[in-house]
Amino acid sequence: MAQVVIANRLRDGIVVFLGTNHTWVEQLQDCTPSESKEDGQRLMDISQEAADQQEIVDPNLIEVEKRGQTWHAIKMREEMRAKGPTVREDLGKQAGN
Amino acid sequence: MYQYDEYDQDFVEQRARQFSRQVERRISGELTEDQFKPLRLMNGLYLQLHAYMLRINVPYGCLSSAQMRKLGHVARLYDKSYGHLTTRQNMQLNWIRLTDMPQILLELASVEMHGIQSSGNCIRNITADEYAGVAADEVEDPRIYCEFLRQWSSLHPEFSFLPRKFKFAVTGSPNDRAAVKAHDIGLRLYRNDQGEVGFEVFVGGGLGRTPFIGKLIRDFLPTEHLLSYCEAILRVYNQLGRRDNKYKARIKVLVHETGEEAFRELVEKEWEAIRDGTLSLPEEDVALIRARFAPPKYEDLEDDTPSLESQRAENPGFNDWMDQQLAEHKQAGYTIVNISCTPIGKPPGDISSEQMESVADLAETYSFGEMRVTHNQNLVFTDVRKKDLFSLWQDLVKVELATPNHGLISDTICCPGLDYCALANARSIPLAEKISTAFADQERQKEIGEIYINMSGCINACGHHHVGNIGILGVDKKNTELYQLMLGGSAKEDASLGKILGPGFDEDGVVTAIEKLIDIYLDLRKDGETFLETHRRLGDGPFKERLYSAPS
Repeated sequence: MAQVVIANRLRDGIVVFLGTNHTWVEQLQDCTPSESKEDGQRLMDISQEAADQQEIVDPNLIEVEKRGQTWHAIKMREEMRAKGPTVREDLGKQAGN
Repeated sequence: MYQYDEYDQDFVEQRARQFSRQVERRISGELTEDQFKPLRLMNGLYLQLHAYMLRINVPYGCLSSAQMRKLGHVARLYDKSYGHLTTRQNMQLNWIRLTDMPQILLELASVEMHGIQSSGNCIRNITADEYAGVAADEVEDPRIYCEFLRQWSSLHPEFSFLPRKFKFAVTGSPNDRAAVKAHDIGLRLYRNDQGEVGFEVFVGGGLGRTPFIGKLIRDFLPTEHLLSYCEAILRVYNQLGRRDNKYKARIKVLVHETGEEAFRELVEKEWEAIRDGTLSLPEEDVALIRARFAPPKYEDLEDDTPSLESQRAENPGFNDWMDQQLAEHKQAGYTIVNISCTPIGKPPGDISSEQMESVADLAETYSFGEMRVTHNQNLVFTDVRKKDLFSLWQDLVKVELATPNHGLISDTICCPGLDYCALANARSIPLAEKISTAFADQERQKEIGEIYINMSGCINACGHHHVGNIGILGVDKKNTELYQLMLGGSAKEDASLGKILGPGFDEDGVVTAIEKLIDIYLDLRKDGETFLETHRRLGDGPFKERLYSAPS
């Protein structure tokens, strides 16, 4: 199962994902999930460093899968974080705000 | 309405400046997240699914127009132009930036508001009957004693790190609109046979994963002893409440495990040592606080308002609204108006910035610039002249706040659920929307009559599902939302806890199941019976049997 690190940005609390080159991106589709199970610790080490630098808080490794051309979190809670509230589709990442 | 004195105002402003420096230190790295988290929680700032969430206290549910206008402004400028009214009569903003918090707290402080003690293991916002001070059935205004409790419990040095959070509710009426028996301490003011006013004291009520109805541990507490008696209860809890297991740390578990009589003896013994000390409430202090809640200058009006009859006859929408939304006021010619923030097909308790500002204006026009937040996630105008009702209704219609569903099936209580909350296991708002849509027809709602559907997206029960006539609990079963139904709960003076009826349902299935339960009730009820009364007469049996055997 592919995996990616999810966290909240410290300054505004917005959900972010660990992207390439140690950058944090707001859209799940903009990062490249790791297909390697062994990669998990390395991703978390990078994330902890970002947490220590006051960039993000509460990093967690989550499982994702590709459906068609798009990545989705396996767990409902993380899918909600990746998109936004289902009851307000005008808000959150699904609405681009 | 109570207003801050110079000490209150100075304290809240100091706290805003203090938190501002703490935010700076967090962002600079001087504070770690572990060090900062308790500080932000003490100011009501949580980190939820999508962003930071700020919980703003509305003491005993009372809001002025200036405060509501400020909430609308803060929501627009610093959030996404809406807020959520909670079952603790507070307001939550769901999309807060940490860097904006210093300015937000200063803005709130300018109208005597804050988020202090809206989180943490301390005494939370005191809640009260939303009709306090104006209800025709009221014995005494509970806000006076809520205010004493607020002052006593704010930064109480002994009770700032309790085993777990602690919630008070107070009513001054025999008709409990504040769910006092579902609180850690519930207080009901009443007049005894000697004509003296005092409190019934209920302790150890609460919902969550271990629900209990509060036990009556003192049947008459003279009002002058309110603080010393509460101090005694809190001392016993603080000393003996479990700190080894957060799921067993609430006072309800202590009362249950100690036993009602033994717990009462512990409290009485503690109280004997302090009862006539500095916590006694002298009559002159009570009079000072009472004066701050003095009634507005009512006009001398006739109670009978003939113009309403023709307005009702000519406007069916107004007629429906009049049927549902009013409650009896103690002053002739005035009425209490319930304002639904649970419109059909929309999230219960959500209110936009525009609506907040409109409500603030309308309260100034029609209700002496004051309003209340209810634990049912609605608003109340307390002092409306009956002759203004048609005009008020027309204005409420314009801002989509005139849904006539007070106490009807579409007026649900609902926690934020998995759409927002980091603790939730299942969504609850979509269910509330579907249920209110399924029962949108006003005539059908009126035929069903009084019924309370409460739903929570997890076992923590912020949506009070145990005390709903129909309770809905969302759970996560193998990454799929499943909803369990419970029947027979009540949050009123006849409080009771619902019990799980049987196997759960998926999202669509639970709406269908509720429709079936209502059909069963309509079939079985005797003349004039509410859903709860029919259930109490018959028990789960016929509901369960027919629900689970009926073809779907």
